[in-house]
Amino acid sequence: MELKIEDVDDLCTGAAFLGAGGGGDPYIGGLMVKQELAAGRKIEIIDPDGLDDAKLIIPTAMMGAPTVLLEKIPSGEEPIRALRVVEKELGRRADATMPTEVGGINSTIPLFVGARLGIPVVDGDGQGRAFPELQMETFAIEGVAGCPLGISDEKGDTSLVMTSDNHRMEWIARGITIRFGGTAYFANYPMSGADVKRSAVKHTLTLAQRIGEIIHNSRSRKQDPFDELCSFLATTSYAVARVIFDGKIADVDRRTSEGFTLGSVSIDNPNGRCVIEFQNENLIARADGEVLAIVPDIISILDAETAMPITNETLRYGQRVKVMAVGVPPIMRSEAALRQFGPQAFGMLEAYHPLE
Amino acid sequence: MKIGVDVGGTNTDAVVLGPNGVLGWRKTPTTADVYSGIVSAITQAIADAGADHTDVDCVMIGTTQFTNAVIQRKSLLPVGIIRLALPATSAIPPLTDWPDDLINEIGRNSYLVGGGYEFDGREIAPLDEKAVAEAAVEFRRNGIGTAAITSVFSPMNGDMERRAAEILQNEVPDIAVSLSCELGQFGLLPRENSTIINAALSKLSGHVVQAFRHALHELGLDVPLFISQNDGTLMRADEVQRYPVLTFASGPTNSMRGAVYLAGIQDAMVVDIGGTTSDIGMLRNGFPRQSTNFVDVGGVKTNFRMPDVLAVGLGGGSLVREGGQFVGPESVGYELTSRAQCFGGDTLTATDIAVAGGWADIGDRSLVRADKATINAARACMRHLLDVNVERMKTEAADLPLLVVGGGAILVDWQVQSVSNVLRPEFSSVANAVGAAIAQVSGEVERVVILNDANRDSILDDARQEAKNKAIGAGATATSVEIIEVERIPISYLPGNPTRLRVKAVGDLPI
Repeated sequence: MELKIEDVDDLCTGAAFLGAGGGGDPYIGGLMVKQELAAGRKIEIIDPDGLDDAKLIIPTAMMGAPTVLLEKIPSGEEPIRALRVVEKELGRRADATMPTEVGGINSTIPLFVGARLGIPVVDGDGQGRAFPELQMETFAIEGVAGCPLGISDEKGDTSLVMTSDNHRMEWIARGITIRFGGTAYFANYPMSGADVKRSAVKHTLTLAQRIGEIIHNSRSRKQDPFDELCSFLATTSYAVARVIFDGKIADVDRRTSEGFTLGSVSIDNPNGRCVIEFQNENLIARADGEVLAIVPDIISILDAETAMPITNETLRYGQRVKVMAVGVPPIMRSEAALRQFGPQAFGMLEAYHPLE
Repeated sequence: MKIGVDVGGTNTDAVVLGPNGVLGWRKTPTTADVYSGIVSAITQAIADAGADHTDVDCVMIGTTQFTNAVIQRKSLLPVGIIRLALPATSAIPPLTDWPDDLINEIGRNSYLVGGGYEFDGREIAPLDEKAVAEAAVEFRRNGIGTAAITSVFSPMNGDMERRAAEILQNEVPDIAVSLSCELGQFGLLPRENSTIINAALSKLSGHVVQAFRHALHELGLDVPLFISQNDGTLMRADEVQRYPVLTFASGPTNSMRGAVYLAGIQDAMVVDIGGTTSDIGMLRNGFPRQSTNFVDVGGVKTNFRMPDVLAVGLGGGSLVREGGQFVGPESVGYELTSRAQCFGGDTLTATDIAVAGGWADIGDRSLVRADKATINAARACMRHLLDVNVERMKTEAADLPLLVVGGGAILVDWQVQSVSNVLRPEFSSVANAVGAAIAQVSGEVERVVILNDANRDSILDDARQEAKNKAIGAGATATSVEIIEVERIPISYLPGNPTRLRVKAVGDLPI
């Protein structure tokens, strides 16, 4: 499928929805992609199921602070240089790139890379949503090595990270990102077409685009965007979605700890209060002591009227919102997956109960 | 005694405000030269108040001239654009995503040069002074008389922008320069957009401010002149001449602030009913709740926030159809006085319903052809529109009154759900000018800080003091200055707890 310029805003809105409150606003990434398409370059999104087993796929992404990105926009060469670092290490050119993370800004970086290099972008990713760290990938869970990791900044600096421990990969790359000025662009988890088929959360780019299309257009079709989102998601591998709470934001509490924005948001309605705890992304929603939804299921706070996703940085007292919870595909719910990004990986005691 | 003036596209309003409220007012048509309309409005308002010129302490003007110029693509100059950022930011050059017809006015004279800062204050690259000088030569060759300079993270450090301005002015001595660091707020692209638009307005802003001064001179008023800015506070006229974009959102802000002042309260819901739409907003502590979104002006994303206002398709000219089942959103608009039935026209409008129903008294009731059932149905429909939308905009459970203002205020004679009562303040047709007259001056500080337990208090104190100093610099009396906003937003995904800090102070003018 060829991505058209008019699809980009849909894809970005859907990516923000899948960001579960985090992942960074895809605004800048969306503009970068539109700029490429306006210049006549093409973006081909390909189905992972149709991939040749022997092809080499190298995912690309950005890491660091989305807030910094809003000021220090990239030159555009960064993710390409990062990809070249991995290619050089492997002695082989990438046949395609793909997202590591479909939620937030990182849905857009591989699209930009695909446009610039003329290589296709695989319709899938390694998180099926947004998570804060590089080891939190279905690729890792299914045994794909994170390294070699190539990382670069706008100044042309590059670094190659080699470690067999994905947690250390995250730790080292995060340190480099600070020295690079708060944002960096990387390529990691190089893998074969066969690996992609086995380890990716599939069809998530087209999923994001469809979610955004529903949010933008359902009103003009005289449909309720929330109803339409729920019925659409029920037909996907995410299988279940529903509005778990509806009310006004009564309180937002935020603090930072080593790169995480920790905090909670309280939403009130006449029947009670829902409290959502977040660690960059929304982790758990409770009402009256009962867990309504918990990570890795997706908890997204949406404008009650427009259904536009609200990222945690822009939550404000008094906003009217609906909270939507979405289940995740089976590959994200395995025992190994839950060890990587289930409740305990975020220090919570609650067991994972999939949304029903 | 203060004078507030609102220079709109259609009308110029003036009010004379004393310590206890409105003393006199006048609504006159806006004139092409701007100033003669102001002179006539002020003269008549002073006469209406039974006062004398010598009683006037200062004049505050709110204007939509600059917003209108951008929307109508009028009086805009070609702009020399310089971004200090390389090697960063080239993925999205200036003017990306701008409407073509606006780019036609602004031109494509943009230069990316080496420079800019990191979030922690280090340089991305040293300022490429040679490249700035080369751009200046090009600007001179192309006859460009105004420039916009934007550097990465300049709200934290404006030194590079100021140095680049110096170089530019050495090469092109009479060039007008707009600096993004003066327009505040993080977000390179929206800030750059605002700076470019500001530069494009530099000639018009000179004319408009000159017209204001000319008006005061002709009136023999040798008093300070202030102009209202986006957040409902005032700027000195010479600042507006340099930064006209700071007035963009002042219209709706002034009208809402004026309304609560006239009602003698601080907290309220407000509905401003015009000919075609009703704008609904909420005020706390006398200030409108701000939208979380950035303002789009003439198709360009700027870095200004507007009051969070919901426009609903209900106004005095709204069409009433199908036996009153539907009211609006279509409207006869400014043709109300020729097309509405109560004015002898053939169209049944919301105003006609209010007249026929007997709760409004304008035009000729006997001309309205609407039966009891239609009146009741239309009234129920209008009532439902307000109930639902006021409830939507009311973001807290507290008991708040609803202020109904604007030319269409006569439509409402019923209780609205979710508010404690409905008020129609006197003089509400000139709420805008009143909003300008009551405004305070402000100072704002925004920066990225690394907060820890040891330095938190001193960093916050410093920022508070700096914001207060800025407010005093803008004309506030030192004793009246207070901090009204402290916002701390953590920067996610980075170790070390960097935080975006924004502090705002306001104070009274010495009167």
